[in-house]
Amino acid sequence: MEMRAVYAACLAEMMEKDKHVCVLDADLSKASGTLALYKQFPEQMFDCGVAEQNMASIAAGLSSYGFKPWIESFTPFATRRICDQIAISISYAKRNVKIVGTDPGISAELNGGTHMSMEDIGVIRSIPGMVIFEPVDEVQLRAAMPVLNDYDGPVYVRLFRKQLPVVFNDDYKFDLFKADTIHEGKDLTIFVSGMLTADVVEAAKLLSAEGIDAEVINIHTIKPIDRETVIASARKTGAVLTVENHNVIGGLQSAVLEALAAEKIPVCAVGVEDRFGEVGKLPYLREAMGLTVENIVAGAKKALSLK
Amino acid sequence: MNYDLTEICKDIRCDILTCIGHLGVGHIGGCLSVVEALAVLYFKEMNIDPKNPQMPGRDRFVCSKGHAGPAVYATLANRGYFDKKELLTLNQGGTNLPSHCDMNRTIGIDMTTGSLGQGFSCAVGVALGSKVETDGATIYAMIGDGESQEGQIWEAAMFAAAKKLDNLIAFTDYNKMQIDGTTAEVNDLDPLCDKWAAFGWNVIDVKDGNDVDQVAEAVAAAKANRGTGKPTMIILNTLKGCGVQWIVDLGTANHNTNMTEEQAAAAIREIRGED
Repeated sequence: MEMRAVYAACLAEMMEKDKHVCVLDADLSKASGTLALYKQFPEQMFDCGVAEQNMASIAAGLSSYGFKPWIESFTPFATRRICDQIAISISYAKRNVKIVGTDPGISAELNGGTHMSMEDIGVIRSIPGMVIFEPVDEVQLRAAMPVLNDYDGPVYVRLFRKQLPVVFNDDYKFDLFKADTIHEGKDLTIFVSGMLTADVVEAAKLLSAEGIDAEVINIHTIKPIDRETVIASARKTGAVLTVENHNVIGGLQSAVLEALAAEKIPVCAVGVEDRFGEVGKLPYLREAMGLTVENIVAGAKKALSLK
Repeated sequence: MNYDLTEICKDIRCDILTCIGHLGVGHIGGCLSVVEALAVLYFKEMNIDPKNPQMPGRDRFVCSKGHAGPAVYATLANRGYFDKKELLTLNQGGTNLPSHCDMNRTIGIDMTTGSLGQGFSCAVGVALGSKVETDGATIYAMIGDGESQEGQIWEAAMFAAAKKLDNLIAFTDYNKMQIDGTTAEVNDLDPLCDKWAAFGWNVIDVKDGNDVDQVAEAVAAAKANRGTGKPTMIILNTLKGCGVQWIVDLGTANHNTNMTEEQAAAAIREIRGED
């Protein structure tokens, strides 16, 4: 299933159960997969039109009235465009608002550089009180949605809209604040978030064929990062690679480095090297930004060589 | 209970001066210009209970020009939400009375504000919530004239009219001054009434927004507007620093200015008519 279909189905279940769960759009409900919910839940769906700042603060107001609002837009407009509204109306004011940014990083594809957020995690991560969650696949997203809804505070959800390879099994158990070890290893640790997780799993297999035993850990919650797991794994393997569909400044690499600041462990990164996006389909953009399985394998070897 | 609103306004003004004078600096001008509106809301029109500040279905007030916090605190203290002595903690480290309104710190504050434009959208969200809940509450909001230069104000204005939020009554504190000069000099708002009417709002132009009877009449008219599907904007033509001549005479410099306890005491005597 497409991620947005899972997301919308979970929202529908939550709205059915609780009339205070509501969704606000800024003219992108079709893209978010929630357009059909307007007919089903007319009193819980609000389209604010192309006015993201207003949408964010209205959600804060609704939250003060006991509602549990989810606001949606493309990732850049759900974060950097409304940074102050998220900081003040939502997080400073301790409002229970979920912010969903779709099309993270290169997944904005043909919308190109203006719509391709490489900095959203960095922007949101520096705001106190924010939780940042980026799902890997539909299994994790389905497990996470009710947990996010029940969490009483602001969360930024970085949502890939379309279909993603399934990484987790049906018996997957989700803990919002606990990283998921997908594969245990002893030679190095690869920390990965979001859509590149399946690529890391593939890279780990290639490394294994060369006799390199990589531990693969999915950091679905980038803030607050699961420091305990990050530090324990890095100490165990002694070398780290981070992999992210985001600028290497401010995102997963930064979060992992902060956790490992007091450790003498080499950390290498595969991510967007401080540049803006551009138009293209995913295969082109993966090459252009260096987000390929080959680069992950090379990055892992580099981290190993620094041990 | 019927309050003498003229006397209440004097009490609120004196408490604003006392707490800002005690601190030595503050947003004096824009606190003194909104006093009549606050008195009418908290002592006449709003369905509230100071003993039960979180009462469900209560009317709410969002001070989107969050820097008028001290005026709201003085009003809340006079209305019995908390002890007047607490006013002297204004802006002291660890206080529950920060310069800009904070719903998580101050009893009786309905929304956190201070980043201009945002509080108004929040108020629209509160009004939307009340509509959905059909609890009959009236939501009040105060915006500044300088604040009206923020684009977000007009995003919220468009949305409130489109969603027919006739449970929302807003005020513009039109004292025609902002930090860098008069609003006419900096970025003119006129014709302000026409702008709100064009956005689909019921507009009431109050000639003297520091005349408590005129303000009370306007709020009563705005409440009577419920059922029309239009939110109401009450334009209060006010005087920045109203009530104290030397503060008025500072002009645009009275936005955020120094004031000694002696100056505050003299200003209080002026308000009480004791000079």
